[in-house]
Amino acid sequence: MAIPDNLHYTREHEWVSVTGAAASVGITDHAQRALGDVVYVSLPAPGSKVTAGEPCGEVESTKSVSDIFAPVDGEVTDVNKEVEENPGLVNADPYGAGWLFKVALPAPGEGELPPGLLSAADYEHLIATEE
Amino acid sequence: MTDPNEPLRRTPLTAVHESLGATLTGFAGWLMPLRYGSETAEHKAVRTAAGLFDLSHMGEITITGADAAATLDYALVGQPSALAPGRARYTMICAHDGGIMDDLIVYRLSGDEFLVVANAANTGVVFQALRDRARAGAQVFDRTADYALIAVQGPNAAQILAALTDADLDAVKYYASYPAIVAGSQILLARTGYTGEDGFELFTRPQEAQRVWEALAAAGAARGLVPAGLAARDTLRLEAGMPLYGNELRRDLTPFDAGLGRVVKLDKPGDFVGRAALAERAGTVPERELVGLVGRTRRVPRHGYDVLWDTAVCGTVTSGAPSPTLAAPIAMAYVQPRVALAARQADRGTVHGRLAVHIRGSAEPADLVPLPFYRRPS
Repeated sequence: MAIPDNLHYTREHEWVSVTGAAASVGITDHAQRALGDVVYVSLPAPGSKVTAGEPCGEVESTKSVSDIFAPVDGEVTDVNKEVEENPGLVNADPYGAGWLFKVALPAPGEGELPPGLLSAADYEHLIATEE
Repeated sequence: MTDPNEPLRRTPLTAVHESLGATLTGFAGWLMPLRYGSETAEHKAVRTAAGLFDLSHMGEITITGADAAATLDYALVGQPSALAPGRARYTMICAHDGGIMDDLIVYRLSGDEFLVVANAANTGVVFQALRDRARAGAQVFDRTADYALIAVQGPNAAQILAALTDADLDAVKYYASYPAIVAGSQILLARTGYTGEDGFELFTRPQEAQRVWEALAAAGAARGLVPAGLAARDTLRLEAGMPLYGNELRRDLTPFDAGLGRVVKLDKPGDFVGRAALAERAGTVPERELVGLVGRTRRVPRHGYDVLWDTAVCGTVTSGAPSPTLAAPIAMAYVQPRVALAARQADRGTVHGRLAVHIRGSAEPADLVPLPFYRRPS
């Protein structure tokens, strides 16, 4: 189970990668394994605002559908059109080609992330205790 | 019912699934493989080559003795006494009010020996009902722990099995069974399944299950056989339009509600449990009809979602999934018969937008299609 050290995580199994004022969001390897084959992703529209902890899309697999929760506040700047066309990328490469959308953070340069995001170690602990 | 505090039962093959890296899940009190890798790939392998399933959670109940046939004619809605030895039939067990307690396959092994295969979640209920309904000269035993059940399903199934047995597989017709030696083990071989493909189910002794499984896996490796889990089993049976207890079949529905009135043999001699209620039901206009839906968007109708006709609720989805074969969402649903009729009569242009499934806040258009969604090429 891959849990890259350089990412932050939510309790709802999203990852977020922050570079300056830009954040990329996806779902974790653990999440894609639990879901099974992803057949459809619904992503927030570019230009829309997302709020940390609020649902902003959904991931549908053979057996179930799950909300995508925004890990951070901000404005959606880009969505992964390839993953919309080929949702299996979420399974094949959840931290790479399977990224979902990008967000411009509202307070760039301050280096402050919303409270509640987990480190890789904390996230590893979370999924170990969930099982 | 399943006690959530009881540990999950392991099948004779659970260790094999673990060594294959399967994702295991609790199902009707059993720890079962949900998938080994991609359930879509497993599904497609069964449609194009073959899949190997562990179905050891299914209940096996034997009914033996001079009154075995008469017991089953009274206890079930079908007429097992009319089966020739070596033949099998899909049937149901109903309550006195006609409600479905389970759907079953009954195998007549010999003149006075029957094997009833029940759904895992219902095995206890079926066993108790058969005991309660048994005549003096019939013995009813729950033999679930004495059998492992392995299925090989798909167009290559016969070829794979032929490599492991001298049995004449051409002689094993659909819904027939007979004793055979496969990979050196004495088994009961049945040409039955729940996938819409040709295939076999192998009842083995628990201690021989792993050997039979591994022999099948080895013989099938060059013929595209892959192990397949419950996730693929569910999408395969849904495409094949086969009902699932707890979804299409329920205690508060009769076989007629499910469009399966043909399993009720009202013309068989003698009384049977549910006869009066089912005879009455057979003569009334149904309140609901089981139909197939294909979604026009990519969002998937799921169990329990409302079906809409001109924005009014007209039914409920019983099963839904993305169909790997159709590459579209499919569902079975109970809808009002007038809606089924209207949707069938309207041409696609005029019906568009009238029939929909309410999927988490939006009405997603769907088309009504005949069941099954998939029929294997003959």
